[in-house]
Parts: sequence; C-alpha cells; structure tokens
Amino acid sequence: MNSRLLIFTILLEAILIISCERITPRVPADDQILDGPIEGLTSAEKTRFLAGDVAFNDEIFTSETGLGSVFVATSCGSCHAGDGKGTLFTTLTRFGQSDDTGNKFLHLGGPQLQNRAIPGYTPESIPAGATFSRFTPPANTGLGFIEMVTDADILAMADPSDADKDGISGVPNYGDLPSFLNPLPNAVPKNGRYIHRFGKKAAAYSLLHQTVNAYSQDIGISSSFAPFDVYSGLEIDPEISTLTINNVVFYLQTLKAPIQRDQNDPQVKQGKQTFIELGCESCHKQTLKTGPSQIFALSNKTFHAYTDLLLHEMGGGLDDGYTEGSAKTSEWRTPPLWGLGLSPNSQGGQYFLMHDGRARSIEQAIEMHGGEATGSKNRFKQLAQSEQADLIKFLKSL
Amino acid sequence: MLTIFGPALYGQTDTSFFFTRVKQDSSKLKLNMDAVYNRPFLQMGKLPVSLGGYLEANSSYFSTDGISEGLSFQLPRLTMFMSASIRQRIKFMTEIEFEEGGREINIEFAALDLEFNPLFNLRGGVIMNPIGSFNQNHDGPKWEFVSRPISSTTIIPSTWSNVGFGLFGKYSKKNWVWAYEAYLSNGFDDKIINNNQNRTWFPASKANRERFEESFNGVPLKTLKMAIKHRKIAEIGVSWMGGVYNKFRDDGLVLDKKRPLNFIALDINSTILKDTYLNGEWVWAYVDVPDTYIQQFGSRQQGGFLDIVQPIKKGKMLGWSESVLNIALRLEYADYNVGNFQELGLRIADHVYALVPAISFRPSAQTVVRANYRYERRTDLLRNPASQTAGFQFGFSTYF
Ligand code: HEC
Ligand code: HEC
Repeated sequence: MNSRLLIFTILLEAILIISCERITPRVPADDQILDGPIEGLTSAEKTRFLAGDVAFNDEIFTSETGLGSVFVATSCGSCHAGDGKGTLFTTLTRFGQSDDTGNKFLHLGGPQLQNRAIPGYTPESIPAGATFSRFTPPANTGLGFIEMVTDADILAMADPSDADKDGISGVPNYGDLPSFLNPLPNAVPKNGRYIHRFGKKAAAYSLLHQTVNAYSQDIGISSSFAPFDVYSGLEIDPEISTLTINNVVFYLQTLKAPIQRDQNDPQVKQGKQTFIELGCESCHKQTLKTGPSQIFALSNKTFHAYTDLLLHEMGGGLDDGYTEGSAKTSEWRTPPLWGLGLSPNSQGGQYFLMHDGRARSIEQAIEMHGGEATGSKNRFKQLAQSEQADLIKFLKSL
Repeated sequence: MLTIFGPALYGQTDTSFFFTRVKQDSSKLKLNMDAVYNRPFLQMGKLPVSLGGYLEANSSYFSTDGISEGLSFQLPRLTMFMSASIRQRIKFMTEIEFEEGGREINIEFAALDLEFNPLFNLRGGVIMNPIGSFNQNHDGPKWEFVSRPISSTTIIPSTWSNVGFGLFGKYSKKNWVWAYEAYLSNGFDDKIINNNQNRTWFPASKANRERFEESFNGVPLKTLKMAIKHRKIAEIGVSWMGGVYNKFRDDGLVLDKKRPLNFIALDINSTILKDTYLNGEWVWAYVDVPDTYIQQFGSRQQGGFLDIVQPIKKGKMLGWSESVLNIALRLEYADYNVGNFQELGLRIADHVYALVPAISFRPSAQTVVRANYRYERRTDLLRNPASQTAGFQFGFSTYF
C-alpha cells in the first residue's frame, strides 16, 4: 500500500513535469498586447529590436548611471508601461511658452519641469508667471509607420484656411531642426522650418528627436546628441551610448501597430459607420500610408492609426495657455486612436484620456472636444444611447 | 574537498573511516537562533575542528505570460562550515558560501562566542542579524521547497550578515525556553533607494562589500530579537532591526538629515495535529524616503510566508530505513510599496503573491529531494493586469 503511494506520487510528479506546457500561463493573443515587433523583420533586425526593448523597458537609471540630478522618472518603461498609455502618476509638466515666439523660461528650467531629484538635490518648481500644461504619456505603438508618412501626404490633409468650409482646418507644426537631426530626403520645409509630428503638440520631428529629448528631459541622461546636464546646464560626458539610443529608436520604429479586435462584430461595424458619419474622420483619419523606408517592413505600407498628424483648434476647455513650436495654445495634434481599447491595461484598469488624462472615459473624451470638433461632438450628443454604445464599442475594438 | 568528504557522504552512519559525526543535541528546546550550531558536523580524528556544509542543486522550468526561457539548471549555493571549540565556553564558527557556481564567495558567518553564563554570551565577528527566523535558519536542507521565501530574501535580504558584536542568552525551565539576542553591526546604505530594481530594495545593500570594513554612515544597525518556546506548543519570535541608511554627513559636512529604516518581524513555528509542521514569518519595513524622490521607491514594505509540511509516510522507503515523504504547501506574499499615489489617491500595487505546492522526500534528515509547482502573480505599481509566472522546480539539498 505504502510503496504504491510512493510510486503514485513519483508518477504524479513525472506527469506534472511532462505537462509543463499545459499548466503554465498561456501566451496572450497578439491583439491583446501592444509589445512585439512588426511583421517581416530580418533576424538582424529582430536582434536590434530586442536590444532596444531591453534598453527601453529594463534599463533603470540610478545616480551612478547618470539619473538626474533632477528628473521625472527613472526609465522609459516607467512611463510607457507595456508600451501603452500612462496615468497621472507618470504625467509630465511643461511650462514657459504661450505663443509661437518661443519659450521665455528656458533660463528657469523650461520647457520641462523636473519635479523629482536624487537625494541631496532640489527638484524644480514652476516659476511664477509661467503657464504650463500636463502631458500624459501616449502609447508607443506603430510609431514607425507614423514616422514614415510623407510630408506631402500630411500637407494634403491640411486645410489651414478651411477651404472646404467644413469647419475643420488642420495645420502642421513647423519647427526648427536641432543640429543633430538631418531632414528626410522627401521633407517639405517652409521658411527653413520642418513639419514635426510626434508629441501632443507635434513638437518633435522624429523618433530620434523624441528619444534624445526624453533621455535628457525625462531622465536627466545626456547623450552625444544632447550633451548637457539638465540640472546645471553644463556640457558633460554622454551618459548613454549612441548605439543604445539608436537601438531604442529602432525599437520604437519597429514596435507593431495595435491589432483591431472584434472587427466583424455587427455593433463594431455599426459604430464605425457612425464614427464616419459624425465627421470624426475629418481629424482621426482612418488610413494613412508610409513612404519609402530603410526598414523594408515599413516601406510603402497602409495602416489605420486614426490620425491626420495635424494640429487642430480644440476650444477654450482644452486651452492650458501653454504651447510648443508654431502651435497655438488651444491647438492639439490629433492623437492616433489605435490601441484605445487596450489603454486600461497600462493605465491601472482605468482610462486617462486627452492630453493630460482629464477624461476618465471615452464618452468624456468626446464630450471635451470643442473648437473645430464642436460639430462632431454635438452630433455625438444627439445620438440615441444605443448608437453611442456602438460607437464606443468600435473605439474599444481599436 | 568532495573527495575528502566522500566517505562521510556514503556512510550515513555515525562513524566512518576516519571521520566521526559530531553528536547532535537532540533536545527539542532548539530555537531558530541555535541554527548556526545545529548542523551536522564531522570531526577528523582528534582535531579540535569540526567541518560541515551543504549543497543545493536544482532545475527549473518557468513560463511568464506564456513565454518560457526553457529548462535551466542551477547550483545556487555550496556552503562550508567550520567550527572549533577553542576552550571550554569559547567557540568559533564560520560559514562560507559559494554562490552561483562560485561567482560569489561570501562569509555568511564568522564569529567567536564567549559564554560567561547561559544568559550572557558575547558574540563578535560576522554575525547574522537576527531579524525574523529565516535569516538565521536558512540552510537549504532544512526546507521542503526549492526556492527561498520571497519576503525573506527581498524584504529581509537574507542571508543578511554584517560585522558586529553583541550579546545573546537563553533561559530554560521545564518545557519552556526564553532567549534574547542584541547586536550592533554595520548595515544598510543608500543603494536601497538608488538601484536598478526601480523600487525600494534592501538586498541592494548586499552589493556593498565595504560594509565588512566600515559603516556607510557611522550609525550602527541595531538588531534585537526575543523568542519564546514551549516544547509542545510553538516557538514565537519578535524582532526589530533599525538604523540609518543615508550618508548624512561626509568629511564633517552635513549633507542631509538622518534617514532611518526599521524592520519589525514576527516568526512562529509549531507542530500541530501530531505531525503537521507550520512555519511562518512576517515582516514590516519602514524607510524614510525623501519626499522629493520618486514614489516608485516606497517607504513601506510588508510580506511573509507560511509553510505547511505534512509527512505522509515515514520509515523504510527505497532501502533507506529512516526516510520521510512529505507533502507541503507554501503561501507567500511581498508588497514592495504600501501606500497611495500622491497624484491619483489610489493605492500603489507593486506586489507579488505565490502559491507553491511541493513534494519532498528525505532519505535521511540531512538530505532532501524536492519538487514543487510554483504559481506567482506579480502586479506592477499601477495595478495593471498581473503577470503570471508558473512552472516546476526540482532539486536536492544536502548536508555533507
Ligand atoms: C516621465 C514620463 C516619461 C518618460 C520617463 C518617458 N516618456 Fe516618452 N512620453 C511621455 C509623455 C508625457 C509624452 C508626450 C510628450 C509630448 O507630447 O511631447 C511622451 C511621448 C513619447 C513619444 C512620442 C509618442 C507620440 O505618439 O508622439 C515617444 C516616441 C516617447 N515618448 C519615447 C520615450 C522614450 C524612448 C523614453 C526613454 C528615453 C521615454 N519616452 C521616456 C512620458 C515619458
Ligand atoms: C477637429 C478634429 C477632431 C475631430 C473632428 C474629432 N477629434 Fe477626437 N481628438 C482630437 C484631438 C486634437 C484630440 C486630443 C485632445 C487633447 O489631447 O486634449 C482628440 C482626442 C480624442 C480622443 C482621446 C484620445 C486619447 O488618446 O486621449 C478620443 C477617444 C477621440 N478624440 C474621439 C473622437 C471621436 C469619437 C470623434 C467624433 C465624434 C472625434 N474624436 C472627433 C481631434 C478631433
């Protein structure tokens, strides 16, 4: 009897071990997570993607490795958890610019508030008289596609003087290129300034631009591109290698686009129809395409980001009195809506939408639309409840 | 080394070729604090030195959210002890650990004990701070699970030993024993809030080898423990460890205020219902983190574990006359950041739970072959959907 028990337990053990694959957690479906590379990368490209992934998500900076002395967070992944949107906790504050004549508070720590400091240092505070805005981290997915939309395509969507009289204009944010950036060969500059496209105000030209600024302004890490200490303003040695920065940029370029779920659900289909009818698409453009790219998998692709990458006047409610580049304080870049349904997975199970996370649900976000979007917002409010529900369901499928 | 110990390994009797097994005091009044000496030792001829040690080896297969790195094998530690009775009531004991295949060599313990009176002993050297029970009683062969408890290795950074000295003593009467320990030692440094774990992380101070030479800030770490045991009921321990972790002055210049850290731990072990063994530990840790620093680095942590071990068969098995087969279960938890977000008012998560059912087989008391399943849920700071890790571990641990 007892030896049978022994044999039984040993057998049980063996079965358990053999069935490893069964009783370990399952891989979440590809359309449920934001992380992961785009399709069609070569092995060498996958290796670079992984190197960038590690630097972006796992490299935590300490005072020994250059953190600060003043900073906002200790790693890219702390704010962009799972490559998704952030929350009020990871929100950053910018201050000191109220029109297109530039930031008047650069000498007082502008444009970005470093509200944390390593022990022994004092964090910055917003100087008296400076207007400011809070920015909640956007998702980092599919940015490689967005980077490769040609200037010509962006300009074709712009309508600065509202020639078609639909109440919606849309202008690019033109900015000066920092010295470490080279414009793309097909760029269409205006008076020596270039079309910028990343960030809430579209004030960053490219993913390299955004990444260099993030290391410097968010974490206090100097690089060969921006060799300055955020605290003292003095030129210092790079605290991160150029290779790592390039790998992180490559990672951002090759992060896959969010995959839509429940595409064929009748409610979702109906909601999409409503989205188009309400005129949301005038800004949240469904389909864009990339131009030529050095990364083959990104060349000449169509994709569905639901943005036009242009600035729109969004009304007084969203005007914080702060701006960047040539944007007005009430203008915001249309954010891509892809990945919207997965936002709660990185926002602690909740929604924090619009530029500073003030909208706690998709409905609230729509109701906060003003300015050029007033018409479509009003049409949304007039919808029957079931039609609204269809629209929300569609947005959550993205 | 192994060849020297060879005969002892094979001859599981009390005597062998030229080694003698040192007789163990088998009274049930042993406490966790006695663990350092409560180990099998071998004596060589008439030499005054006894030797011992233990080895752990295991393999594991884990998968996190469906992604596995495959099967891997580890030799987490090989530990050697040496003890000597220098004269009556003067003892020396050292424990040297080779971790991860010899990449790290640590002196876990190396102390001289002078007994003036059972209630009054002086200990000096590299001591194991008596916080909780696991730190002092950490030998692999004593446990039925492949991994060490999470809270005892990541909140209490076991094995946590430091240079220091102090007093300990014991008083026993009939079925009762009462004991205390009180030490001053070197301690923590500011790595606990400046590390690449992105959270308050006490084990980060272990990387600082200089703590064996000098204190980081000149303030000693104080550790106090009191334990009481009834032979038939339970052993209960209460301990406190407190100090200052930052460099508040350097070269006479004041840099900051003194920033304290404190640990309070409770431990209990008992045998109930004839032969069901329970063993648990709970710890609370408090750190003064500057307000201007980032909330990822929390100022409060807590966690603990409970092990339940049930022998299901004792006696002769597979030719070993005194073997035991156990089933066991460990429940464990660690919260690295107890508190609320300033910006959100919501509770900060950053915690982990684990459930570990296990089977262990002991051909003799000194050797354990064990296998367990492990299911672990980790929730990040923001309370995003938890990552799940599960898998199997198999291994053995033996004194030699
Ligand atoms: C303190 C939190 C924080 C940290 C740390 C942080 N980011 Fe961001 N990130 C943001 C916010 C907020 C924005 C929006 C900024 C803006 O509008 O200019 C943003 C925007 C971006 C964007 C542009 C996305 C878009 O859709 O336009 C990229 C790319 C990016 N971050 C990459 C990085 C990288 C790479 C790092 C690490 C070097 C990093 N971030 C670190 C908060 C953070
Ligand atoms: C005039 C252009 C415009 C129109 C029309 C428009 N939006 Fe927007 N939308 C924006 C801009 C710009 C923002 C970002 C505002 C901010 O960050 O404060 C935004 C934000 C959003 C967000 C929040 C996204 C996020 O990541 O925070 C949602 C959801 C949204 N829009 C849905 C809609 C829907 C549904 C419609 C149609 C009823 C619509 N929008 C019409 C320009 C527009």
